[in-house]
Amino acid sequence: MFSYTFQWKQALKALPQMLDGALVTLQIALLSMAIGLVIAIILTLFRMSGNRILSGFATAWVEIARNTPALFQIYMAHFGLGSFGIHLSPFTSLLVGIVFNNAGYLAENFRGALKAIPDTQTRAGRSLGMSSLQAFRLIVMPQMLRIAFLPVTNQMVWAILMTSLGVTVGMNTDLTGVTQDLNARSFRTFEFFAIAAVIYYVIAKAVTLAARAFASRMFRY
Amino acid sequence: MIETALTWGDLAFLAKGAGMTLAVTAISVAAGTVLGVICGVIRFQLGPYWSAPLTFVLDVFRSVPLLIQLVLGNAFQSIAKLGWPPFTTSCVVLSLYTAAYCTEIVRGGMSSVPVTTRRAARSLGMTWWQDMRYIVAPLATRVSLPAWIGLALSVMKDSALVLWLGLIELLRASQILVTRLQEPLLILMICGAIYFIISFPIARLGGYLEKRWSPND
Amino acid sequence: MIEIENVRKSFGELEVLKGINLTVDKGEVLTVIGGSGSGKSTLLTCINGLEPIDAGRIVIDGTDVHAKSTNLNKLRQKVGIVFQQWNAFPHLTVLENVMLAPRKVLGLSKAEAEAIAVRQLTHVGLAEKLSVYPNRMSGGQQQRMAIARALAMSPEYMLFDEVTSALDPMLVGEVLDTLRMLASEGMTMICVTHEMKFAREVSDRVAFFHQGVMAEIAPPEQLFDAPQHAETKKFLAATH
Repeated sequence: MFSYTFQWKQALKALPQMLDGALVTLQIALLSMAIGLVIAIILTLFRMSGNRILSGFATAWVEIARNTPALFQIYMAHFGLGSFGIHLSPFTSLLVGIVFNNAGYLAENFRGALKAIPDTQTRAGRSLGMSSLQAFRLIVMPQMLRIAFLPVTNQMVWAILMTSLGVTVGMNTDLTGVTQDLNARSFRTFEFFAIAAVIYYVIAKAVTLAARAFASRMFRY
Repeated sequence: MIETALTWGDLAFLAKGAGMTLAVTAISVAAGTVLGVICGVIRFQLGPYWSAPLTFVLDVFRSVPLLIQLVLGNAFQSIAKLGWPPFTTSCVVLSLYTAAYCTEIVRGGMSSVPVTTRRAARSLGMTWWQDMRYIVAPLATRVSLPAWIGLALSVMKDSALVLWLGLIELLRASQILVTRLQEPLLILMICGAIYFIISFPIARLGGYLEKRWSPND
Repeated sequence: MIEIENVRKSFGELEVLKGINLTVDKGEVLTVIGGSGSGKSTLLTCINGLEPIDAGRIVIDGTDVHAKSTNLNKLRQKVGIVFQQWNAFPHLTVLENVMLAPRKVLGLSKAEAEAIAVRQLTHVGLAEKLSVYPNRMSGGQQQRMAIARALAMSPEYMLFDEVTSALDPMLVGEVLDTLRMLASEGMTMICVTHEMKFAREVSDRVAFFHQGVMAEIAPPEQLFDAPQHAETKKFLAATH
């Protein structure tokens, strides 16, 4: 059955290159999370605003992000925007696609978290003379981020996994892109992709553990 | 009207792609659920210590990008000379992927059944199997169903990735049309709308069930 | 001076305040008693501008609370309120809970805010709890913290909305002692309460609310010992 000879040595020689790719992967994931979080908070405020247009916009964003494939969202950024004469590089398309996805899912997580924070918290803040934005920023948001911390961590892992989709729009500097390039040159598909799988696994676990350590230091109450 | 070179034939092509998406999803979710229920019950029965190896393997499926899994699955079937067509490979990989998530949902559902309830069942003389069949299964299903619906939908969306193995599902079909007709926005919007129309109502149903069956009500 | 003129307020079909007229002078301690649903708590949230009113006026030191031009955030710095549920901010320590508004609303420096917070917390007997998170404290302690938090804004008026109702009977005393202390220091206070003994002891006047109407208002001796209104008699008989 297995007449195939595995050539791990040759594949492992490419490890430094792949680790460079992993760094790019991590970069895109972190960047997309940072931007995604900011947008998600803005979308959350839109949804709380009571303004029909703003909350409609936010809801549309959230529902499209959650009900279409991430790969579709990346294709939209890469090919779809071409109809407006906007031609994004593979890196930017990937980033825009993942940011769109992250923001939608995170905003939905925030909405769930807000349900767990009683209105009386805002009221207590307002009664001390805070403006509604101050009450949100100083009292509601910190609690919201804490309650939503686990889903946010999960989304971070998702963001890492989603970066692999860049290869479909021609990305060749992230871990999957580098692996695919190596594969195209040597055809040692299994070996290269197995190593990539291990690296992804390690990154995902490291991020989860780091998040846990962060949480135990940050959330002392 | 929008001026477009899109023909009815092209739309039929997209519909065929959507059919492929649904076929891959249906098979994978069905097989993955069966496997997930089995693994979930094993994990629940064995406890965290003895099921650690299984937990680890399933965790790998959840921590490695699906695209990589598909490539590895395809490389493996070629190395092992299984001679699987891309459709089979895709379904096998997606089933395992589904099973990995489904296991957690099943285990979560089972552990949500209060021990006291189960004790009550056993105290009435029910066997382990009867307890599972009449007490745990119905209660756990309620708790798990919304999450399972969410899983099925995410598998439907993730199934777009099988295009990498050459299957012409909805997204790949759209891409082919985009290349031919050079109308990326319109075609992708149709493609997105199809995904949305499939996903949104089912997602709403899941949300509704979750609200209705939430134990806090 | 708080002047309440013919204030009306409805929640949907239900009219909870049916034309309230009341004036509270500087330095006065007014307690408001009455059954649940009598509108007494609603009145407090209206005075603070947390709830809009449907008709009438509430004027605090010449400022109409519900006028469009009124800066409510500014006004609320002058009128502190403490609720039945103490609403501690769970993500902040006791000290941070009290420091937050002086820093962010009054714009005080960290050192200034901390000095005020420590002083107020010491005042309510929580000097030892500064770096503790609220969920590590009893309800009574959290309620005293909420009082300190309101006092840290140096309000001229304090509103207390059934501040002991959600507490274990064991913990009511410590919170009432804090209120007594404030009253003796000359703070202008409106207390909605169920604690009749406390009301009799600290109040300059006691108001009895019944179904959205202020049925009777009088000095405590008169209201408790010689109530005029039939509903007041009924209520007092039921609570004794």
